[in-house]
Amino acid sequence: MDELARILGSIVSNATPLVIASIGETITERVGVVNLSLDGSIALAAMVGFVTAYLSGNALLGLLAGTVIGMLIALLIVVANIELKQDQVAVGFVLTLLAADLAQFLGQDYTRIPGPTFPTVPIPVLADVPFLGQIFFRHNLLVYFSFVLLFGTWFVMYRTRYGLALRAVGERPATAFARGTNVNRTRYFYTAVGGAMVGLAGASYALAIKPGWANPPVMRGDGWIALAIVIFGGWHPFRVAFGAYLFAGLRALASTIQQQTDLPLVLVNAVPWVLMILTLLLVSGGFVERLIRVAPGPVQRVLRNFLRSEPPAALGAEFSRE
Amino acid sequence: MSIEVRHIHKSFGPVHANNDISLKFDDGRIYGILGENGAGKSTLMKILSGFYLPDSGEIFVDGKPVHYTDPQGAIEAGIGMLQQDPLDIGPFTVLENFVYGRPDGALPDWQAAREQLQQLSARFHFDLNPDVTIERLSIGQRQQLEIIRLLALGVRVLILDEPTTGISALQKSVLFGSLKRLAKEDGLTVLFVSHKLEDVLELCDEVAVLRLGRLVGQAKLPVTTDELVAMMFGQELAPPSHEKVAPGDVVLEVRDLTVASHRVTVEGLNLQIRAGEVVGLAGLDGSGQELLMRASVGLLKPLKGRVLINGQDMTGRPFRAFLEAGVGFGAAGRLEEGLVSGLTLTEHFALVDPEQRAWIDWERARAVTEERINHYNIYGRPDSPIETLSGGNQQRVLMALMPSSPHILVLEHPTRGLDVESARWIWEQILARRSEGTAVLFTSADLDEIMTYSDRILVFYAGQVTEVTEPESTTVEELGHLIGGQGIRKEAAA
Repeated sequence: MDELARILGSIVSNATPLVIASIGETITERVGVVNLSLDGSIALAAMVGFVTAYLSGNALLGLLAGTVIGMLIALLIVVANIELKQDQVAVGFVLTLLAADLAQFLGQDYTRIPGPTFPTVPIPVLADVPFLGQIFFRHNLLVYFSFVLLFGTWFVMYRTRYGLALRAVGERPATAFARGTNVNRTRYFYTAVGGAMVGLAGASYALAIKPGWANPPVMRGDGWIALAIVIFGGWHPFRVAFGAYLFAGLRALASTIQQQTDLPLVLVNAVPWVLMILTLLLVSGGFVERLIRVAPGPVQRVLRNFLRSEPPAALGAEFSRE
Repeated sequence: MSIEVRHIHKSFGPVHANNDISLKFDDGRIYGILGENGAGKSTLMKILSGFYLPDSGEIFVDGKPVHYTDPQGAIEAGIGMLQQDPLDIGPFTVLENFVYGRPDGALPDWQAAREQLQQLSARFHFDLNPDVTIERLSIGQRQQLEIIRLLALGVRVLILDEPTTGISALQKSVLFGSLKRLAKEDGLTVLFVSHKLEDVLELCDEVAVLRLGRLVGQAKLPVTTDELVAMMFGQELAPPSHEKVAPGDVVLEVRDLTVASHRVTVEGLNLQIRAGEVVGLAGLDGSGQELLMRASVGLLKPLKGRVLINGQDMTGRPFRAFLEAGVGFGAAGRLEEGLVSGLTLTEHFALVDPEQRAWIDWERARAVTEERINHYNIYGRPDSPIETLSGGNQQRVLMALMPSSPHILVLEHPTRGLDVESARWIWEQILARRSEGTAVLFTSADLDEIMTYSDRILVFYAGQVTEVTEPESTTVEELGHLIGGQGIRKEAAA
């Protein structure tokens, strides 16, 4: 039992950067902007975050630096889109490559050295709850932040008027305009927020989850995974977070298999991907619809809303009046 | 609340959409805003509701000048507009849509909003469940939601743009009932934009008629349809004359045809259409008529039975083979299926060039296009993208793209959304081909259209087919009963 709690706890911890990055991207995409640069901006934010923390001796300052990097890259995409009428996907893709190379180049003198990290801070009382305490409440501050981010994002999106405007801008900007929302300003704001979360996720690798900086970076590829998780999660914060935890769990499973067998490493590393694709098929196939039909009426409606997986209709589209 | 516009001008490029329009609307009355497609009615309404800014001119509310620059400002001034395609958010629930845009604080009072929504829908007998998403509503329900949303925002002038397009007869009578109550009981000013004369005659107290961007007439109802038509077009229009053409050989034959969609099945249908015959298919949407149409042109594979064109068995052949056999098909979704959004007129004509060469002779394509534009009286240039044309002009292009003397024309809703003049023009073209021996098979939601032009009528009800061989001695009411599924057996003909 304790062993299980310990494994689940480490999955929660390892999933944290993915949770933060994919919720950040969810916020961005929900407002109609694709930030494709995740894989690069996570790496650059991790590098800048680590170096800042290392030079200043302050992990919090490093975290802040990484957050700012993520926000700036996201803003580049939305400025290029709104002011210069450039395609979000094209700009995002170029920035991915640029940021990843910059990270490797600028970070080459700082590889494999210890730096400041966020310590584990058990939450009083809750940490002592049997089983659950071990899983959820004996972590560093970033893990707790991801919990707050998850529930906060859901609450803002579905319970406040800001959330209505956010979702409306990503669905049908013309309607948002008619209801008095400033479409482009809303896009700037939430793209910046989402990008900041991506940067924070990057820094959280270097300062808490996989401390330090390495060439090539340890989290390489995770940006693409986060983008896939957003789709898997149907642009809904809870489902997205579920996807991130699921993926971290599958990864843990794969590494256990690898330790106990002599299967080739490449093959084992592919396992999470294959399982992810299978899950995706299961979620998006007719299977779910059949499950929903069994449920009683009101529950059906809630389920259907929760499991809908249509992308925001205005994703990537520019808006101009008339 | 009274509202007045003075000397409104608005141009889009070279098009003077509103040319010096001055009008006054009083409270408690319903005004019909009439005009053919492109007359400038929607432009004027969008200026009133803040979607467009006028180039010059002024708006007065209760005698005082008002200035607003967006729809939100118009609503604050008391003017709200229901768009033809309601401006709502598909994945939102009805309640979320109702709340979005209200001047609440950060946390909307969801419970109060829910109660207000339910009260308002009960008052007007609207059928709105607060927790259902917009995607699952009909256009009629989405209109209902927009109306009560605007009312809840305190709107005193309600503008409706072509609200009766795409809603059921029942929803229409509910809509008209509530508009009348809003005008008489609440003293709202209602502006009703339409090109359907019968709707305007039924609902409105007064009409204003626009033509080519200018105000050309105003009248208090009742007036006759002919007078309205004369105001809209400057002349009275009679339907194009159509004499019966002696039927020739069988062009299209279906034998023991069974076709099905997930909603409806048509079983064991036998039908022959001869050269020069016009056969109209009536019925509510989805009663099976579109299945017959699509099976006749090879777009839908029959489950059973044969389709013959000119005696040749075409069952299971691809659409292209049907075209080569002399079938012309006009789809209901003009921009979805008939035309290619993003291509210019020249590119469209190059695409259907009978000489399918690898390199396009652009000069020739352009010349052909210009000739067709003149011949078909299309309002557009060879390099205009097709989606920038009005609906009526798109339909003209669609006609111009069809082979010039097909054996049979299969047309889905050939005049849907067109004004009287455009519709009349389209029928002139169709009948001209018929007099050369082309057979015509068409569907329409407009019973008058079916009665006027058909030699024979097939009425579809839930996949069952009743044939009316003598449209001249049948009334619209009788046809309406058949469409509603009454009297299938009694009226059944061979």
